[in-house]
Amino acid sequence: MKKTKQLFAGATLATLGLQSAHADYALNLMQGVTKVSHDIFDLHMLILWVCVFIGIAVFGTMFYSMYYHRKSRGHKAENFHENTTVEIIWTIIPTIILVAMAIPATKTMIELDNVQDSEMSIKVTGKQWYWDYEYLGTGVHFESHLDAASEKAHRDGSDPHGVPHYLLNVDRPLVVPVGKKIRFVFTSADVIHSWWVPDLGWKKDANPGFINEAWTSVDKPGTYRGQCTELCGRDHGFMPIVVIAMEQGDYDNWVKTTLAKQEEKPDLSDQSREQLMANGAAVYLKNCVSCHQIDGAGAPGDYPALRGSAKVNAGIDPLIGFLQAGTSKMPSFAKLKDNELAAVITYIRNAPELGNKVGDEVQPKAITPVYDDDDK
Amino acid sequence: MSAVTAEHGHDDHHDDHAHGPEKGWLRWIITTNHKDIGTLYLLFALAMFFVGGTMAMIIRAELFEPGMQFVDPKFFNSMTTMHALVMVFGAVMPAFVGLANWMIPMMIGAPDMALPRMNNMSFWMLVAGVLLLASTLFMEGGAPAGGWTLYPPLVLQTGKALPFAIFSVHLLGISSIMGAINIIATILNMRAPAMTLMKMPLFVWTWLITGFLLIAIMPVFAGAVTMLLTDKFFHTSFFDAAGGGDPVLYQHIFWFFGHPEVYVMILPTFGVASTIIPVFARKPLFGYSSMVYATASIAFLSFIVWAHHMFTVGLPISGELYFMYATMLIAIPTGVKVFNWTATMWKGAMTFETPMLFSIAFVVLFTLGGFTGLMMSIAPVDFQYHDTYFIVAHFHYTLVPASVFILMAAGYFWLPKWTGHMYNEKIGQLHFWLSAISVNILFFPQHFLGLAGMPRRIPDYAIQFADWNMISSIGGFIFGASQLLFLWIVIDTIKGGTGEKVSDEVWEDAHKHGLEWTLPSPVPYHTFSTPPTVIPCDHN
Repeated sequence: MKKTKQLFAGATLATLGLQSAHADYALNLMQGVTKVSHDIFDLHMLILWVCVFIGIAVFGTMFYSMYYHRKSRGHKAENFHENTTVEIIWTIIPTIILVAMAIPATKTMIELDNVQDSEMSIKVTGKQWYWDYEYLGTGVHFESHLDAASEKAHRDGSDPHGVPHYLLNVDRPLVVPVGKKIRFVFTSADVIHSWWVPDLGWKKDANPGFINEAWTSVDKPGTYRGQCTELCGRDHGFMPIVVIAMEQGDYDNWVKTTLAKQEEKPDLSDQSREQLMANGAAVYLKNCVSCHQIDGAGAPGDYPALRGSAKVNAGIDPLIGFLQAGTSKMPSFAKLKDNELAAVITYIRNAPELGNKVGDEVQPKAITPVYDDDDK
Repeated sequence: MSAVTAEHGHDDHHDDHAHGPEKGWLRWIITTNHKDIGTLYLLFALAMFFVGGTMAMIIRAELFEPGMQFVDPKFFNSMTTMHALVMVFGAVMPAFVGLANWMIPMMIGAPDMALPRMNNMSFWMLVAGVLLLASTLFMEGGAPAGGWTLYPPLVLQTGKALPFAIFSVHLLGISSIMGAINIIATILNMRAPAMTLMKMPLFVWTWLITGFLLIAIMPVFAGAVTMLLTDKFFHTSFFDAAGGGDPVLYQHIFWFFGHPEVYVMILPTFGVASTIIPVFARKPLFGYSSMVYATASIAFLSFIVWAHHMFTVGLPISGELYFMYATMLIAIPTGVKVFNWTATMWKGAMTFETPMLFSIAFVVLFTLGGFTGLMMSIAPVDFQYHDTYFIVAHFHYTLVPASVFILMAAGYFWLPKWTGHMYNEKIGQLHFWLSAISVNILFFPQHFLGLAGMPRRIPDYAIQFADWNMISSIGGFIFGASQLLFLWIVIDTIKGGTGEKVSDEVWEDAHKHGLEWTLPSPVPYHTFSTPPTVIPCDHN
């Protein structure tokens, strides 16, 4: 039957001309780039071979019997219906195999669980639908969203084949040094998420109101990709994870430049209308599109439309205040810098793709803090 | 070993004082006859199988290629949620209750179920529950989209549908509990005098144990969803950390229900397989008593392994290790069962009619699902497998080519007895081969996808997952279309089938294996009004 299956799969593929597709027909678990991930891979292979071995024995017996003990070959049925010795043997052998499996599994489990003696800690907060990374004690803190190219492609229904790392790319990856024991603490701001990078060997749930821990120590520099693995709502499929592991020196430099960038004051000078619209579109794609959608139509029953919305199309000041304060349903966007807020407000009031046309523009200077940032 | 011949059978169907079915359509509404209610359950389950199947086709169509083509991500989530709920509560469970209704009284020599009026009520409550659930598809905010596990806080973001879905779960739960009570009462009180417990067919044994599972777990699920209801509408905080609750508490409660629940779907499957295989191997079931003990052990273990669904939620190390060891233990009684089926075939005189083909495919493919189950019991490795397509492949192997295949096998096996007509063997075999091949094209590549890193419940995926997804979808479409053959066969057989005259025992020497084959085909409306005195029992 397996042959038939392969043949059939082959034939189907050939007719569809899939051979030229980008994908590889990956079959097995990846080995990963940490010691734990290697241990897990070894356990996986061990239990897989145990299953293959038992499978060959059981299915072999069955198929032998199906061939030789069939009525059409004139085989006469025997009448036995129990055999205590055999039954004891096939209870004891699996028990021994299980005990033998449990020993290395226990070792790896304990290793996986041991977050002691870590050299640095990163707090990961899952949010609908992006990750928030805070390097504890260093001041580095940023959000990591699906990158703009993937975001656009999956929303406007265009062909994703040309998009680099479609759905597995982010605007700001998590950067870590190699060879250091890193402790992660996980939590969530809304629903349960789960943070998984297969190359690190594990996933861990991010539960709202609680802290989970896990650790890793990456062996070699590289870029490792993963995804949220706990269903977290509409855009669960669109909150990837990218981890870049680099040598300690490069990492130290990255921390320095990142901190410097975080300190930078935003450019609050007036912008041209085109600039405002272009920046606004980018801010919208990152922060608003999940709920209000790429055409501003919202999601009936869940999220209101911006298209033709009275709030969006009326006065500017109430709109600024609304965005900064948020509501019980919409998070506050006071985290946006004044130039970003100005741009996105200009964009939602004027973007033809959202169907609004107020015909004005909002400059960064017009944004006044209605709601103090530190209160949230 | 004893054969029952026609002499006692005569007494049964000469019970002319017994009235026949009600005339007209009202018969199907007010019936308290176990055969009528069994038929209602089975037809309803078949209808829901196609409803749930349609949802699966929508899922596979969206996943055919990367990129979003057909549905909105939220609707996709509703589809995965509703597909599971409809298949579990609308198709597989009711189908086995239908088989229990039809077969248990006939297998134990009882005239009907112990509680016939409640039997009618549990069926119609099931219909009400499933219709209520289906109606949520048309509500503001859409059907529940948080997965069939209904995890908070996500499920609390459901729109208007939430209280309706919760009430529907209550109805389904009440229906299941009533059905279970009825089955247990029938088995314990209504057996023919000579039918001792250890002479009962395995199907009856597995349902007896399943009945107790249902009574134990459905109230737990009802409690869990009621807590969701009060969290959402009455300001409690069972699952909200801000009020001192814990979202993970819900998962513990849910899986305390959920793990036995999956065995509710598989134990009767084991029972039917243990009934069919000996008939076509022309040999008694091997290891009858070890089958009974293995079923009981699996049922017991199902209550103490729930957190293996939660290895990555942040359990303490002692919890991880305990649930790993306990879960690994399940492999032992399950292995015993597979070995017993193999030994039943060994040195038999096998023939391969459609029910046997489906049963053999069940043993092979269920074992594959068991292997991946064993792999996932290894807790540290489950940190990779968890919530990927690997688990999707695993539980579909234990449900589709296991429970669903065995339901098909049961249909082919007993339809001639129920209707008195023979089904079309050629079309049956065609249905088998199409199903058996396509189900593997559908689900086998999903193992690879999971290992390669594709999470479950996502409407769109990275390009490297494209090829296996397309193959899986193609398998899905073939599998879905093939099931229309089954529908055709059921209708055709009811209408007369091949026209071939069906004997009382239908299958060669089947009367040695069970009481139902001593009754005429088609079975009269009332059977065993006086209990049979001779019990066919091939295992002692």
